[in-house]
Amino acid sequence: MKIRVLLLCSTALVGQVSNDRLLHADREPQNWLHYSGTYDGQRYSLLNQITPENAKNLELKWVFQAHSLEKFEATPLVVDGIMYVTEAPNHVFALDAKTGRTFWDYEYKPSRDARVCCGSVNRGVAILNDTIFMGTIDSHLIAIDAKSGRPIWNIEVGDPKLGYAITHAPLVVKNKVIVGVAGGEYGIRGFIAAYDAATGKEAWKFYTVAGPGDPAVKSWEGDSWQHGGAPAWLTGSYDPSLNLVYWGTGNPGPDWNGDDRGGDNLYSDSAVALDADTGKLKWHFQFTPHDEFDYDAVQIPVLVDTDWNGRPRKLMMWANRNGYFYVLDRETGKFVAGSPYAKVSWSTGLDEAGRPMRAPNTSPTPQGTLVYPNLFGATNWYSPSYSPRTHLFYVSSWQDSNMNMVKMAAQFSPGQRYMGGLPRGANTGGRGSRNTPVETSAYGSLLAIDPNTEKTKWEFKMTDLTESGVLTTASDLLFTGGREGYFYALDARNGTELWRASLGGSVEAAPISFSVDGKQYISIAAGHALFTFALRQ
Amino acid sequence: MIAKCSAAAALSLCLSLPAAAQSEVDSGRQLYTTHCFVCHGPDGESIPGVNLRSGQFRRASSDDDLSKIILGGIPGTGMPPTNLAEPQRRALVAYIRSMHQGAKEQGSGDAVRGLAVFESKGGCLACHRVGAKGSRLGPDLTGIGSLKTAAYFEQTLTNPNDSIAPQNRFVRVVTKQGVTISGRRLNEDTHTIQLIDEKEHLLSLSKSDLREFELLKTSPMPSYKTKLTQQETSDVVSYLLSLKGTQ
Repeated sequence: MKIRVLLLCSTALVGQVSNDRLLHADREPQNWLHYSGTYDGQRYSLLNQITPENAKNLELKWVFQAHSLEKFEATPLVVDGIMYVTEAPNHVFALDAKTGRTFWDYEYKPSRDARVCCGSVNRGVAILNDTIFMGTIDSHLIAIDAKSGRPIWNIEVGDPKLGYAITHAPLVVKNKVIVGVAGGEYGIRGFIAAYDAATGKEAWKFYTVAGPGDPAVKSWEGDSWQHGGAPAWLTGSYDPSLNLVYWGTGNPGPDWNGDDRGGDNLYSDSAVALDADTGKLKWHFQFTPHDEFDYDAVQIPVLVDTDWNGRPRKLMMWANRNGYFYVLDRETGKFVAGSPYAKVSWSTGLDEAGRPMRAPNTSPTPQGTLVYPNLFGATNWYSPSYSPRTHLFYVSSWQDSNMNMVKMAAQFSPGQRYMGGLPRGANTGGRGSRNTPVETSAYGSLLAIDPNTEKTKWEFKMTDLTESGVLTTASDLLFTGGREGYFYALDARNGTELWRASLGGSVEAAPISFSVDGKQYISIAAGHALFTFALRQ
Repeated sequence: MIAKCSAAAALSLCLSLPAAAQSEVDSGRQLYTTHCFVCHGPDGESIPGVNLRSGQFRRASSDDDLSKIILGGIPGTGMPPTNLAEPQRRALVAYIRSMHQGAKEQGSGDAVRGLAVFESKGGCLACHRVGAKGSRLGPDLTGIGSLKTAAYFEQTLTNPNDSIAPQNRFVRVVTKQGVTISGRRLNEDTHTIQLIDEKEHLLSLSKSDLREFELLKTSPMPSYKTKLTQQETSDVVSYLLSLKGTQ
């Protein structure tokens, strides 16, 4: 025991997370330094102690029970044996990653003005040096001392009374902390902004809804850009070789009524590449122009350097909520390839530039229009994974989901819901403790997509849906879960189930792997708790 | 950005209310579709364990309580806050109350006669349970009158296959040992199925132990279209509407 205490003290003394460490997070696979593990968003761990052969020997090591009954969507960070994890809405814990015991906690009480469309959640924190950064549901960004849990600075990023909120983990690049805002159902004008890590002072801001001075404002009819939405509610990725930050943006507002916002509505439902130092837009690629279905493109940008048709390329891979899987050139933003990975009815395909061709008579109507996929998408915010060993892209998907998209009148009023319609008759089952699917129900499926062919190489079907993120490892393991509360280890090469645990609550977070004292662990949140597994001794 | 909604803990005990103005109810209906529909569904029963038609709310006993929940949400659950002004909240509460008023319909028949038909000629207790009487194989009807409408009951009595709910579907399975089991499916996941069989046994089966697994598309309930007279049907409907459950 005494040795253990000394070790913890020792690691704490050298625990500063420098920019160099963040840049080269892959060199220290014992840690999990970013929301997605590394800047490239691959959620791939180089740890290989747990293998397809011994995965059956995984056992529970500890459980962290949250106090909140809100969804537990957080990805923890692990730094030299210390785990930083959040529970909803904005409560940070520093835990002993080996035992789950608590060093400190800091609970921020968000303003009652906070309004979030879909759960008062938090998905994690970022770290730089000895400072933790957390966004809050009342749209604040808070710097917290990583050793004591004491807040250092606290700034307002957006006005919560207007619907601005932060639910995702920030991204630290150099000396800046970058966050986007949620609020696409409240008529916000979305943005991504960077703040000085030492002071909280704003360094740059990029509006995800083009405004005056930006030629793209013409993609918005009249003044509709003023409350055009396009939130950025999930963490971006970063390519240090290009010094570009990549971020996904969400739906234009109002969601299901595009009548008063004619045009493509840039930069909604897009991938944007921003200069990390200035926030200046380098390129954008819009997945769903003039979206009328709430197909947010906030997914984690997955950056892959690989040979493509015989030459090395810097690519970006993206399974979009709209049902299409894309490969983009991340230097230029040009479309490389794309195909549907789920049933899609709103579009008949992608043109040569990757722009979707709209199917006729699929816009929402007052009577309702049946559309595949439904508003929750063929995937949503669930972290995908890419394995440089298998060269496969893995994503949790909803297959055969549909819904009647109903258009209604929308009148903007600051801070009020601004949706212009409603979904009806989703075939995605209930959300209670029981599941009773029928023949026409959508189902969950973990897909392994070969980016070179855009075809699904293998599929792991679940009876219920899945909202789980995915982790792959250097031993060709894949970890994921689903609403049923099962957490799986699959063979990443062929989808064979190797192990599963029943966690008793929906898996709505993404797994991580880390090691302490030479032992590899896997952590995943499910229900209202965080579970940590390792091999039986 | 709609990621998804989770089961919200819901709103307990309803007081009888003065009838709200129809215009207020209509206004509340519009607000409901904008703010509530996504999670609570068209009939207020999409969240398991939460039925807005029931007039019973776990965390509210007065209009003010409901209004406060609409304003502030329920922390720790999927019920988000809104910034609806007081008149809007009042209208929304009026609409939610009207949903329960709809559940107070009595039908055109005689509930006492309906009880007799239900228990004798109809033979309904062979599958359904009301209070302490009847089988648990089919759906329990003890509180069904708070949840469904006369039109729903008439439809179900005449065409039961048209209204069988997913949670009331029956299954037929054959184990690898050749044992056939039939029952009402209670829950299902990728690897297991839970059901209640014809002898009211609660069974949990592993799909890997099954040779056959069939989710039946038809209801075991017979159509009463020709089995009951129109008057008897109306009486049974009124009886079902009178079943308000136990508190």
